[in-house]
Amino acid sequence: MPLRDIAAITGIGETKYCRNAGRSSVSLNVEAALAAIRDAGLQPKDIDGIIALTYGGIVAEDFMTNLGISDLRFSGACPLGGASAVAGLQSAAAMIKAGICRHVLLPAGRNGASGPRVTNIVAAIPQMKVLAEFERPLGVFGPAQFYAPMVRRHMELYGTTSRQLGEIAVTMRRHAMLSDNAIMQKPMTIEDHQASRMIADPLRALDCCIESDGAAAVVVSAADFARDAPNTRVLISGLAEAHPESPSIATQRADLTKLGTAKAAPRAFAMAGVTPSDIDLAELYDCFTYIVLCQLEDLGFCKKGEGGAFVEGGRISLGGALPVNTHGGLLSQAHVSGMNHIVELVRQLRGQGGKAQVKDAELGLVTGYGDFSDASIAIMRRG
Amino acid sequence: MDSAYTGPLPEPTQDSQPYWDGLKRHKLLFQRCVSCGTIRHYPRPMCATCHSMELEWIESRGHGHVHSWAVTHHAFHPSVKDRLPYVMAMVDMEEGVRVNAPLRGCAPEDVSVGLGVSIAFEDVTPDVTFPAFTLA
Ligand SMILES: [Zn+2]
Repeated sequence: MPLRDIAAITGIGETKYCRNAGRSSVSLNVEAALAAIRDAGLQPKDIDGIIALTYGGIVAEDFMTNLGISDLRFSGACPLGGASAVAGLQSAAAMIKAGICRHVLLPAGRNGASGPRVTNIVAAIPQMKVLAEFERPLGVFGPAQFYAPMVRRHMELYGTTSRQLGEIAVTMRRHAMLSDNAIMQKPMTIEDHQASRMIADPLRALDCCIESDGAAAVVVSAADFARDAPNTRVLISGLAEAHPESPSIATQRADLTKLGTAKAAPRAFAMAGVTPSDIDLAELYDCFTYIVLCQLEDLGFCKKGEGGAFVEGGRISLGGALPVNTHGGLLSQAHVSGMNHIVELVRQLRGQGGKAQVKDAELGLVTGYGDFSDASIAIMRRG
Repeated sequence: MDSAYTGPLPEPTQDSQPYWDGLKRHKLLFQRCVSCGTIRHYPRPMCATCHSMELEWIESRGHGHVHSWAVTHHAFHPSVKDRLPYVMAMVDMEEGVRVNAPLRGCAPEDVSVGLGVSIAFEDVTPDVTFPAFTLA
């Protein structure tokens, strides 16, 4: 398995998450990047690769210029929307395996609340050009509208309910309230979810992620270096990226209830040599509650159509069989394109999870999901 | 349709211009591969089945059944504020491709999987026509 345990995450960094940072996206990004580099016990000049998420106009050059990185050997991009951050881990590990890089910086973040909102920028994303030409003029503007027909189809085929989606929202909120860096701190009940206004039926306001200002970053290093790094080593054991059928627009997808995740999961688990039942916790990309439910199925934690029942009864809560999004996720912590999910998994596997720590967490999984169901998975272990 | 259309307009490409020209003439056109006969949508230059770039435009018979749908309640764009809520129906067309367009004249609670619908045309500007669905 070529990339198994080749790389480790040595550094994590985050800014404060908020609704109005009052400063530039670049300043947020370089603050998080520097924090991650220092957490790894490195200096900025040690960074030889950058995979920047370009949303918000951020480019690798911003980090080179601000951090004084004078000899970058690789500048990469992963244009998979919300799947980019975790897909970047695969690219970073491959660059390390190839001997091109030793320490790759993955930053993400923007002024997503005080700056341009997602709905206003999607039409400019090159991967959304089919939507922009053919469906946006007819009334399909925002991600909630792209995904609502997938949710509806799942409900019609399998009897999935809005209350089951509510279980996910309520769980993420409860987890966020254990964090000192999560934006949403007001308790939520299923009734609150059911009373929240309809956005794109069947998706309600509390099915949608929040928008926020802030940045997060991680440093991926060669596994041999990581043994001597200041923090407990977190190895990347399984990696996969996948693109769904009809990747340009969901409309033409034969099975609307399957994400790219279904293709990526067997590859990631095989690389890591583990199965879903071995996983202690999962940080799942949660732009919408339903995307969590569908990923649980596509990852193999339950069968297709059983996601609704799976999330009931506290199974995905701290203390349950599979704690999900121990930081509160995009739904209740902050929207940092899922880089916050990677940061949280590393924190958990180091035993730095604070009040949300999963007891004896040794093996965890983090996913990305973006555009029209692009997917990425990383399986990590303490070691 | 309201003559003062303020929503976004498409920017046709060399690959899609005939599709938009067809709508202007109140015809829903799909591409058919001359080599293997596969029908495809949205417009693009190559047949993914046999890789031929020879294509012909066929007129859809305009009938299909609802595969899934969404009801938009939020004004994602100022131009839709006055027509909320609206139904976008993903429709399996008889020709084997799917079309996503607004379903007119059907209350959100009356939409169901398998519902039969027919194509309609909405002239939004003197130059641009959009597809829509009505109950069959
Ligand atoms: Zn062909």
